[in-house]
Amino acid sequence: MILSCKDIHKSFGGIKAIQGCSFTVKKNKITAIIGPNGSGKTTMFNVISKLIDPDSGTIEFDGQDVTSLKDYELSKLGISRTFQDVKLFQNLTIREHLQIALSDSDERLLSNLFRTKDVESEKIQEVMEIVGLDKPLETYATDLSYGQRKLLDLAIGIAKPHSLLMLDEPVAGVNPRLRDSIKNILRELNNRGESILLIEHDMNFVMDLVDHIFVMDAGKVIAEGSPEEIQNDPYVLAAYLGNCGDEEEIECWT
Amino acid sequence: MIISAYQTHIFILIFIYIILAVSLNLALGYTGLLNLGHVAFFGIGAYTSALLAIEGLPYIAAVIIAGLFASVFGYLLVKATDKLKGDYMAMATLGFSFVVYSLLLNLRDITRGAMGIPGIPKPSILGLTIRTNDQYLIFVMAVCAISVFIMYRMVNSPFGKLLEANRDNAVNLRVLGKNTFALKYKAMMTSAFFAGVSGSLYAHYITFIDPTSFYIAELILILTIVIVGGLASIKGSIVATIVIIYVPEMLKMLELPASVLGPVRQALYAMILIAILMIRPRGIFGKVDLE
Repeated sequence: MILSCKDIHKSFGGIKAIQGCSFTVKKNKITAIIGPNGSGKTTMFNVISKLIDPDSGTIEFDGQDVTSLKDYELSKLGISRTFQDVKLFQNLTIREHLQIALSDSDERLLSNLFRTKDVESEKIQEVMEIVGLDKPLETYATDLSYGQRKLLDLAIGIAKPHSLLMLDEPVAGVNPRLRDSIKNILRELNNRGESILLIEHDMNFVMDLVDHIFVMDAGKVIAEGSPEEIQNDPYVLAAYLGNCGDEEEIECWT
Repeated sequence: MIISAYQTHIFILIFIYIILAVSLNLALGYTGLLNLGHVAFFGIGAYTSALLAIEGLPYIAAVIIAGLFASVFGYLLVKATDKLKGDYMAMATLGFSFVVYSLLLNLRDITRGAMGIPGIPKPSILGLTIRTNDQYLIFVMAVCAISVFIMYRMVNSPFGKLLEANRDNAVNLRVLGKNTFALKYKAMMTSAFFAGVSGSLYAHYITFIDPTSFYIAELILILTIVIVGGLASIKGSIVATIVIIYVPEMLKMLELPASVLGPVRQALYAMILIAILMIRPRGIFGKVDLE
């Protein structure tokens, strides 16, 4: 087990975004959180990565209670994440993005003052090859298309030293070809032993890729299981698709 | 020297303001800290250095302590405004400028208030006293070159790229494991240090300072330089300092009355600023938008 969330609660004023959410993510597996819009998936992601503090509950990462850690401290422990809306540094190049992700010594002011040597070239090249981003490293983030920005975002997530990769809607808004490409990248990463937790609305993508699924609705985990179990869970179908449950509507999952 | 005494005076001011402008650009342009308190660091440096030198401290020690003292205030300012962004950060840091001005004006036992501090000694380094303006020009040029070189290295280092990343997207930087608060205070402390050094250079050159030298008009001048030159551009700040300091001086050729010269100079700053913002919204060499 790489991640464990126990009885997480989070409210924003009167809105209860997360209501007693608990789940675990196994090592070397691809796990998905799915659910209708507003079910609390991204809030849960933000709580796990400590961008938001939970009102109550505990988060354990790799056997360590990380509930009280700050976002950057948790990240240093080995959680890498991407965002639903691609967040890049618009005035930096691809190389600079990846150097920031890879480096653990760039926060030191004095020791970096006269540092010019690019020590991360090989690793940068390796990550670029993994994601298949065929652009010059000196290209600025603003000069990339949406799909390329999505790939760079994924490359940053992969490049950052981690033991859990969290992806918030990795194929949202991308064309079917790029979606398949990202699916293959994640599968390959998983074959290398990566633990991945993702949120995704594209059910074809999820059902074809992941090992385990948690279904959230109204801030709670309402079901969990393998893709096959989830596709055939009438309770999940009712929550996720509204008034459905017959065979015809089950088809819309796949 | 091959330049006139008046030109020497202008060049000395240009080099002092280059340090001041580049150091503001470090915080504002590179790190994204909308700091309107920079003029306070300039004043803190000037007063600290002047008071210590009058008490007999060697100039080298006085200028270093002045820079360090200003950088302590830089840290405190970041600590106090860490959760603020944009306009709120600007208002809070502007408030800091007012507070420091008020302290300089009212701590009469230390600063002599509105009467100012006269008789600030010229710098003496390793037994050599800088007596003439020509010598001071060489000295200030050397300090400016060292200061700008250090800041240039800083913004072009991996640390400098983190500062730019913080400006562009602090949340993303934190999830990459970077402590953005530490980045901000290191940038602000460095920025304040060099503003303090430039304050010291100013005080020991003019040999008289009072609180009005470190107030709103001065802040507007520095901000104009940075905006005209362009955010996140050291080259821009240098070129803009030369333009903004030198061009209004040419008004003196028009032999206007002193009562008219001041307002005309302010109007000229405003016109340059408006013209630049209309023609090149990012400034002469700017890399990022003002927003």
